[in-house]
Amino acid sequence: MGRIGVVTFPGTLDDRDAARAVRLAGGEPVPLWHADADLKGVDAVILPGGFSYGDYLRAGAISRFAPVMGEVVAAAGRGLPVLGICNGFQVLTEAHLLPGSMIKNDHLHFVCREQELVVENNETAWTREYARGQHITVPLKNQDGQYVVVDDELDRLEGEGRVVFRYAGWNPNGSRRDIAGVTNERGNVVGLMPHPEHAVEAGFGPDGPKGPRSGTDGLAFFTSVLHALVG
Amino acid sequence: MGLVVVDVMPKPEILDPQGKAVAGALPRLGFGQFTAVRQGKRFELSVEGPVTGEVLAAAREAAVQVLSNPVIEDVVNVAEA
Repeated sequence: MGRIGVVTFPGTLDDRDAARAVRLAGGEPVPLWHADADLKGVDAVILPGGFSYGDYLRAGAISRFAPVMGEVVAAAGRGLPVLGICNGFQVLTEAHLLPGSMIKNDHLHFVCREQELVVENNETAWTREYARGQHITVPLKNQDGQYVVVDDELDRLEGEGRVVFRYAGWNPNGSRRDIAGVTNERGNVVGLMPHPEHAVEAGFGPDGPKGPRSGTDGLAFFTSVLHALVG
Repeated sequence: MGLVVVDVMPKPEILDPQGKAVAGALPRLGFGQFTAVRQGKRFELSVEGPVTGEVLAAAREAAVQVLSNPVIEDVVNVAEA
């Protein structure tokens, strides 16, 4: 059974949901603590959402210097699958594992909605069980969710197929070119603003074709990485 | 006690949503003469002794590595207060 580490920083909110998603996907969640420079031999790492260090300085800026992050950066360099969700995505950009950064939503409001996304890249460690061009719906909730990156880098990301998800229907935060998630060159590190871990169990997810709260479109993130570990 | 001030501003090419919101509020309060607002951050770094060249160099390093994110921000000033 794949062991997937879930990091808790001070102010992390969604570590329990991420751990639950791992369990529902058939894996074993392993709690990791920000102050311990120890990944406990896990096969993959999730940096969950929340407001680590209260978003002080910049979202994710202080978490980047947590002892556990030194290990995450080193392991990511060796190919360990790493997923950053929302605040976890912000931490990954601050840690230079992913390009770009997030600033305040263009409309300045906190946004919380069921968001439609289109899968642009299904070759990463975390998206293999989606189809390219597939539309999925997962919750989105953020204040600093506007993805920005300089034009040259943006063109390079597009050219290398490193845009993993784009917002469909409506761009909820003004992100450049509707980008909701990106990956690194190797495809083992993925970050996105929306929350797949909140759409993994019927009865608790977004509204879906099978009825209210039936959406489980986020589950394939976790089964993708678990099956990749087995394969 | 020495004091170093570090000023960080959003890059000119990056939209500054907060500055834009402030710019929108100013005319409503009668301040119609201001055509744009950009909002940045000011840090005050204290040291035990005087602000030496070494202290300023360390402050410049901290400004680039921690206090700003070069993807979205520029360090526009590092100086003794």
